[in-house]
Amino acid sequence: MPEPVILLDDLTKEFPTDPPVRALSAINLRVERSDYVAIVGPSGSGKSTLLNMLGLLDRPTSGSYRLDGIETTMLKDSARTTVRGSRIGFVFQSFHLLPHRSVLENVMLAEVYGGGSRKGRRERALRALERVRLSHRVEFLPGRMSGGERQRAAIARALMGEPALLLCDEPTGNLDSKNTDAVLDLFDDLRAQGMTIVVITHENEVSERAARRVRITDGTLAEEEMCTRATC
Amino acid sequence: MHPRDLLNEAMAGLLARPVRSVLTTLGTVLGITTLVVTLGVAATAGNQIVGRFDELTATSVTVEVPENPFPLVDWADVDRVTRLRGVVSAAALAESNQSANLTVRSNDMVDPTRVTDQTLTVVASSPGLPAAVKGRMVEGRYFDAGHIARGDKVVVLGRHAAKMLGITRLERAPAVFIGTQAYTVIGVLGDLKREKSLASAVMLPPAVGKRYGLSTVTRVLVNTGLGAAELIAKQAPAALSPGNEALLQVISPASPTRARDAVEDDVNALFLILGLVSLVVGAVGIANVTLVTVMERIAEIGLRRALGAARRHVAAQFLLESTLTGLTGGVVGASVGIVVVVAVCAAKQWTPVLDVRLAVMAPAAGAVVGLLAGLYPALRAARMEPVNALR
Repeated sequence: MPEPVILLDDLTKEFPTDPPVRALSAINLRVERSDYVAIVGPSGSGKSTLLNMLGLLDRPTSGSYRLDGIETTMLKDSARTTVRGSRIGFVFQSFHLLPHRSVLENVMLAEVYGGGSRKGRRERALRALERVRLSHRVEFLPGRMSGGERQRAAIARALMGEPALLLCDEPTGNLDSKNTDAVLDLFDDLRAQGMTIVVITHENEVSERAARRVRITDGTLAEEEMCTRATC
Repeated sequence: MHPRDLLNEAMAGLLARPVRSVLTTLGTVLGITTLVVTLGVAATAGNQIVGRFDELTATSVTVEVPENPFPLVDWADVDRVTRLRGVVSAAALAESNQSANLTVRSNDMVDPTRVTDQTLTVVASSPGLPAAVKGRMVEGRYFDAGHIARGDKVVVLGRHAAKMLGITRLERAPAVFIGTQAYTVIGVLGDLKREKSLASAVMLPPAVGKRYGLSTVTRVLVNTGLGAAELIAKQAPAALSPGNEALLQVISPASPTRARDAVEDDVNALFLILGLVSLVVGAVGIANVTLVTVMERIAEIGLRRALGAARRHVAAQFLLESTLTGLTGGVVGASVGIVVVVAVCAAKQWTPVLDVRLAVMAPAAGAVVGLLAGLYPALRAARMEPVNALR
């Protein structure tokens, strides 16, 4: 049996304030390859903290996090950075595209910090843009594109380097319903191609499209039974 | 990370805000320009002043012999100076107040319609005078030891004196009268480089000069090889008058190196400080703007960290950006500085003198300024936690 993409074991995060705040308490989560998981919860429930843990942007206080079979909690800062760069593709609510660089350059940026060769980078970026159906906007600056197009460009960047996990933080938070649908359709396509997707959101529309929904409340996780619009 | 990617990212970072980058560069441009202009103009001006210490001045030594109850320097003593190593030529000269304004005529005729009398200076000299004044015999020859030994009544005229007396050719052995005494003119001395007043003088052999109070040597003219003047100035008095050297006055050229150093020190000190201050101000400017840029680009730093950039990658990018800013300032400053130096030289009609090292070092200095200025902002950027940067 292959290693799960994400395996959290009693993961705990405490912030050293006075009194200490326990943002995540002994969380267990298992995400298999090609899973499409939505993590939902109200603000202040620990969503962002969990995202930072999953994205290797912050360290847990205790517990274990195996990403793609690698125990990440024991890694040094530089090794964590390498794992982050090579295994995780980030999609942010605010896109985080560099405003002065073309869409193609923004996508190519994903490979700048890996050990990959410069040769063929442009072609790989063009293929990633093709996957998100943005081939007609290659030389555009992000400022001249719609929100949906910008988010698709950001997803293309996240897809560069074939990450094990696509980690999305409120990916449709800045989009209207039409663009939201386009992005969610894209996620469906990607999942069909075998991509593992974790979406953190508070929008029902997003979480309903996921195969699995996990609710976080006051730092604890609970699996939710999926219901379609017809049954609820 | 590939170095070309690093350069690419740094250049893109700078070009994203071109106006700001240009303004940031200005401080360094000013500093480097000031430094290059200061050093360039100082070197050029120093060389112009050194240029005035030409070969003639730098090799001329004059020994003045004061009046004394007994003669300090004898006519034959000049030979001892000539034997010193480094001396090219030397001659002794006798002048006196009595002989400074003597009436000289070219014939004994009294002609009321013409001015035939000329008031000329009469001097006595040793035979080596033409060489000692770096002149040449326009006509005839100078008197030699034989003329002196025999007490021949011969004279040599300065070229100007000959013209005033109307003597142009010597084939017929013309004579001039000093007072009532007739002397045969055997040569005309012209093209003098030193003691140019001798061009309108009458030169006598010492033996004859005694009649006009020209018995003792009053001045010795010495020409030295290049660079020997300082040494000869020390040795000549002892050679001329052993035991009385302290009584002789030596006039020797100032040492050119010392003259140049003094000039450079004067000009440099103030402007160098000015240039360095501008450079520090420029560095503070770069540091300030880079720090502001880092704060503005927190999200970008977070994104780069999320894409797998290590702290050193982030630090390297901001360091390179500030270094490139400094380098640009250095290149522009060096260019402007050199143009200013050339312009100043053109206005003053100087020959521009520029140390090649300066043209290379100035951009390098700019880059170092940028590098130092970028250290703190780069450190701040590298220390940033990705969690906070992405928020």
